[in-house]
Amino acid sequence: MMRTSLVIVSLLFSVFAKAELTIEITQGIASSIPISVVPFQTASTLPGSLIDEVVANDLERSGHFSVLAPKDMLSHPHTEDDLYFRDWRLLKQEYVVMGVITQLPEGLFQVRYQLFDVFNERELLTQTLKANEGQFRDVAHRISDAIYEQLTGIRGAFSTKIAYVTTNPERTRFNLSIADSDGAREKIILTSKYSIFSPAWAPDGKRIAYVMLEDAGSRVYVQDITTGKKQLISSNKGLNSAPAFSPDGKKLALTLSKDGNPEIYVVDLTTRNWLRVTNHYGIDTEPNWMPDGKHIIFTSGRSGNPQIYRKNIETGYLERLTFEGHYNARARLAQDGRFLVMVHQAQKNDDFHIASLDLTRGLLQILSSDTYLDESPSVSPNGVMVMYAAKHNKRSILAAVSVDGDVKFLVPSKSGDVREPAWGPYLN
Amino acid sequence: MQNLGKIFAVSLLSLAIVGCASSGGTTDEAATTDTSVEESQTQAVPDSQGLDVVTEEQAAMAANPLLDQTVVYFGYDRSEIRPEFKDILNAHAQYLVANPQARVSLEGHCDERGTVEYNLALGERRANTVKRYLVVQGVNPNQLESVSFGEERPAVVGSDDSAWSKNRRTEINYQAR
Repeated sequence: MMRTSLVIVSLLFSVFAKAELTIEITQGIASSIPISVVPFQTASTLPGSLIDEVVANDLERSGHFSVLAPKDMLSHPHTEDDLYFRDWRLLKQEYVVMGVITQLPEGLFQVRYQLFDVFNERELLTQTLKANEGQFRDVAHRISDAIYEQLTGIRGAFSTKIAYVTTNPERTRFNLSIADSDGAREKIILTSKYSIFSPAWAPDGKRIAYVMLEDAGSRVYVQDITTGKKQLISSNKGLNSAPAFSPDGKKLALTLSKDGNPEIYVVDLTTRNWLRVTNHYGIDTEPNWMPDGKHIIFTSGRSGNPQIYRKNIETGYLERLTFEGHYNARARLAQDGRFLVMVHQAQKNDDFHIASLDLTRGLLQILSSDTYLDESPSVSPNGVMVMYAAKHNKRSILAAVSVDGDVKFLVPSKSGDVREPAWGPYLN
Repeated sequence: MQNLGKIFAVSLLSLAIVGCASSGGTTDEAATTDTSVEESQTQAVPDSQGLDVVTEEQAAMAANPLLDQTVVYFGYDRSEIRPEFKDILNAHAQYLVANPQARVSLEGHCDERGTVEYNLALGERRANTVKRYLVVQGVNPNQLESVSFGEERPAVVGSDDSAWSKNRRTEINYQAR
């Protein structure tokens, strides 16, 4: 009886507490590469063909590929002997992926896959991976990463994780969750009656900093993802907010208003030495590090409206980076600091959208035009995609857009609101 | 009718005192406090119509309805106090000065537009401008605590002008009377 009720409780918990993210692609690039992922050959005891489905979804979601459905294929080859390139040319396919999963002793599996160039009739890539059944999704994302890099020249980020916050509609329960970059395998790492926001990954992917808004005000914590242990970093009078790890993971930039006004500070996590970075009566917040670890970009209201600034924390040299638009805030960097990605409002009372600013050419581009109240942009570690939060059918959902604006997808959840996405670093 | 006139005179007097107390503030605040005297005349009279005998205590009671108003609202992306809320704040200031044991938590809030972190900072600003205003009116800063909840605790759920205008606010919450 005890056991039955436990099972029911955990079932209910998974239905109500988990957001269950799915992905709907809304815009891909016109010149996407046609590729076929043939269902992998599996032993009859294995559940379905999870790996090839995940690979196909990953590639499709990147926007760079159009993936042929298995039912539209003329054959389902698993080895080179069964592969007839003319079949795939007929279907106007440029690349074919096929694979074989074999069972090894002790619950292990071997996954061998091959990538073929149809036009040149040659093998481009082959790899053999070993995994247990619980790691099939990891294997699939690794395969997607390798294929993506082989065909685009850009490192794949399918194996990375995302963190985000889910809330019930009454806003009485907040969960900080981590999931695969496609929304699968969600794990709640923190549940609170208090609002949780601004999750920020450590560069090693092992810790997450965040803000918890308690009754007495905001607090900054750093939590070890594996152990679940959380450490209070800052609980000064006034704001304690907007944490961002330095590129070496040893320091945290954050916003404190203990001196009466929001300013950027840097704390050394080992020595707990504090360095004040800004000193202005306007609002200074939302710090983020440049890859060199010497410059910090931040939002400041010193000109009257929020705009993005960059400060050298060693020399104190300050520069304003954004001039176009009424409201530019919460900037993140893409492609080694070449692009700023931020929340942008062109004119007062306009909608909020995600925009990119090419810092070398000074060009501003609005990336998200079909979502509403866009905020919290977070860039994938390969600098290709931006995930952000938006309002859609009166709910907060996650959405993504490529830094060039060509690829768009929505990540709706089946229940509750999802906010504050943070794309994690490379893990391997 | 005679009584009404007396109440009018007394409440005008008490508000005039409040107006004077603010003269130590910035010119901006002092100037708008004057308008609050004019506005509160029209508000104080109808509330006191049912009274027969007028004492100073009752005159103070006549100002009490303003003490029931514990929320002041702000313009979009703004944190300065709008003139129409100064009479409410003056009433609270008067109460806090007269009751030094009273403690108030000033909670600043924002609408959902803009970024979470910038709004957290803006909410603090909204709490702090109310705090500064009350201190200028003579309230002991130790009676006041300010905290920001940013856009995290909306008063009204919704994504339209009406909901947004009700969410851009500072709440005056008495912790002790």
